[in-house]
Amino acid sequence: MTSAPRLQVATAHGHTVLRLSGLLDAARVDAVWNAALEAVQRSPDAPVVVDTAAVEHLDGAGIALLLDLLRQPRGENAGVRIEGLAARYQALLDQFDPAQFRAQPERARRPASVREVLGRGSMAATSGALDALAFVGETTKALMHALRAPRSLRWRDTLTAAQRGGADALPIVSLISFLMGLILAFQAAVAMRQYGAEMLVADLVGISLVRELAPLMTAILLAGRSGAAFAAEIGTMRVDEEVDALVTMGLDPVRFLVVPRLLAALVMTPLLTLYAMMVGLFGGAAVMSTFEIPLSAYMRETFAFVTLSDFVGDMVKTFVFGAIVAGVGCLRGLRTRAGAESVGLAATSAVVTSLVLIVVADGIFAVVYYHLRV
Amino acid sequence: MSTLPPLPDTGPIIRVENLTIGYGGKPVLENVSFEVRRGEVLVILGGSGSGKSTLLKHMIGLYTPMTGRVLIGGDDIVHAEGAQRQAILRRFGVMYQHGALFGSMTLLENVRLPLETFTALSARAIDLVARTKIDLVQLTGAEDRLPAELSGGMRKRAAIARAMALDPGILFLDEPSAGLDPIVSADIDQLVLRLSRNLGVTFVVVSHELPSIFAIASRVVMLDRRSKSIAASGDPRELREHAPDEWVRRFLNREPEPA
Repeated sequence: MTSAPRLQVATAHGHTVLRLSGLLDAARVDAVWNAALEAVQRSPDAPVVVDTAAVEHLDGAGIALLLDLLRQPRGENAGVRIEGLAARYQALLDQFDPAQFRAQPERARRPASVREVLGRGSMAATSGALDALAFVGETTKALMHALRAPRSLRWRDTLTAAQRGGADALPIVSLISFLMGLILAFQAAVAMRQYGAEMLVADLVGISLVRELAPLMTAILLAGRSGAAFAAEIGTMRVDEEVDALVTMGLDPVRFLVVPRLLAALVMTPLLTLYAMMVGLFGGAAVMSTFEIPLSAYMRETFAFVTLSDFVGDMVKTFVFGAIVAGVGCLRGLRTRAGAESVGLAATSAVVTSLVLIVVADGIFAVVYYHLRV
Repeated sequence: MSTLPPLPDTGPIIRVENLTIGYGGKPVLENVSFEVRRGEVLVILGGSGSGKSTLLKHMIGLYTPMTGRVLIGGDDIVHAEGAQRQAILRRFGVMYQHGALFGSMTLLENVRLPLETFTALSARAIDLVARTKIDLVQLTGAEDRLPAELSGGMRKRAAIARAMALDPGILFLDEPSAGLDPIVSADIDQLVLRLSRNLGVTFVVVSHELPSIFAIASRVVMLDRRSKSIAASGDPRELREHAPDEWVRRFLNREPEPA
């Protein structure tokens, strides 16, 4: 019943005759498409007759093949004629005007010059930086307002954000910090034992955790969890015009959406870091107990070596990290354009930008603390 | 490619048999049966909450009914799996209420997608086929625009073009007139009639816009929320005057409930 499409090409009396037969549908027509097209293109100055009397069935793709033959540029008196097409297929073909489908010459893409790339790049970077600066200003203003008039703050949103970003993050923070303390202590202990200096492992784990690792790891976890969530949440609100609705209702999106999340992050990040520090120290202690150093000795050594100023420095740093994660997440969310794809881009960019800024800020803190002899 | 023959040429093209559908064990419609004839424009209508969109989503196999079958070209979509289900899905196209065009792709890329996935055509051929579909819905010139840059009516027409990419015999339209101004809505009606006449496509339309229904429907199936069943079916003009059920007449004449 079904037969594959076939093409025969013949020349007679200066005419080229293309005889098409079989089923010309989307699944099969490809077999004859290129051959038919070449036959037509080979003789631009002789008339072409396409005989379709033996075609069993045509669908939209078959019609498109005929249209492709009809739209080719031809010489004078050298048109392409379709013959023998059943009336119902002719009606389908007549819906289209081949001239409408003349292939447009490919627009030549000029490769951008180095100057153009540099120029566009710096324009984008400058406007991005200005935008971020304006956002920082706007947010600070809204935050100040919220602190002066606490009743204007959306407490319920703030608490929800604090729960999602803080309390709900405890399991993952526990796991990562405990393992980090454990691994750090174990690797150090293997080396230190050769010199009989296992006790110094407590100093090493303590100082690395308090000064660097606990704030850094917490901030990275927070960027991956909460920063991405803020961007996706606000980004979806943006796409669904909920942010526009806030504006036209006279509600400032920064005050309404950003401040609660920012406040939650500012409170929860130091708490999470503190928690990460403690769990990490316990991870170290777990290793030390296998080296027959009791918990009390380990803790005494740690607290003797890690000073209060280390701890205060850590808290200042972690506060800044929290602000970076929440601020970048919200900013990227608010700058989302239309469509599902841009929500994904916003979340990705929120995480990447947060990580870069966290590492840069951490570097700056290291230099400043060093000069302050902290 | 497909393990089933194309749509057979005789008999009803869709049969809904004893369908009971609902959410969370609560039926919205009970024991509903009707047929869609080849080449007709069947409109499913009913008041808000009567389950017409739900019924549509069961007919296209998105949801599983509590009981009953939906035969599309003689094959049951409810219990079909794997390649057989794929073959049944290829027999129809769907226009969703808001178009459901992929936002990251241009109009042309949206229409090309099914062709690229399911045919072996060359890129050049796919391009031309997609452009003919776009021409059919009169969107030539807008091929390179993103869905966000199209108006509501254009988006619906674009969705129809995408649904027609593989020349299915059946098109399901969910609320084609909702949210459009009367002129654009009438344009869509004309498009439906033209495609139905020229291409012989069978339409199943969910709508409650009376002017549009009277313009396009060859038959209506009217759902009633209270009895959870079909209140009436037939020619809408006929039903408006002579339906035995008073509620049906009132609905089609747009009269308020008596006080």
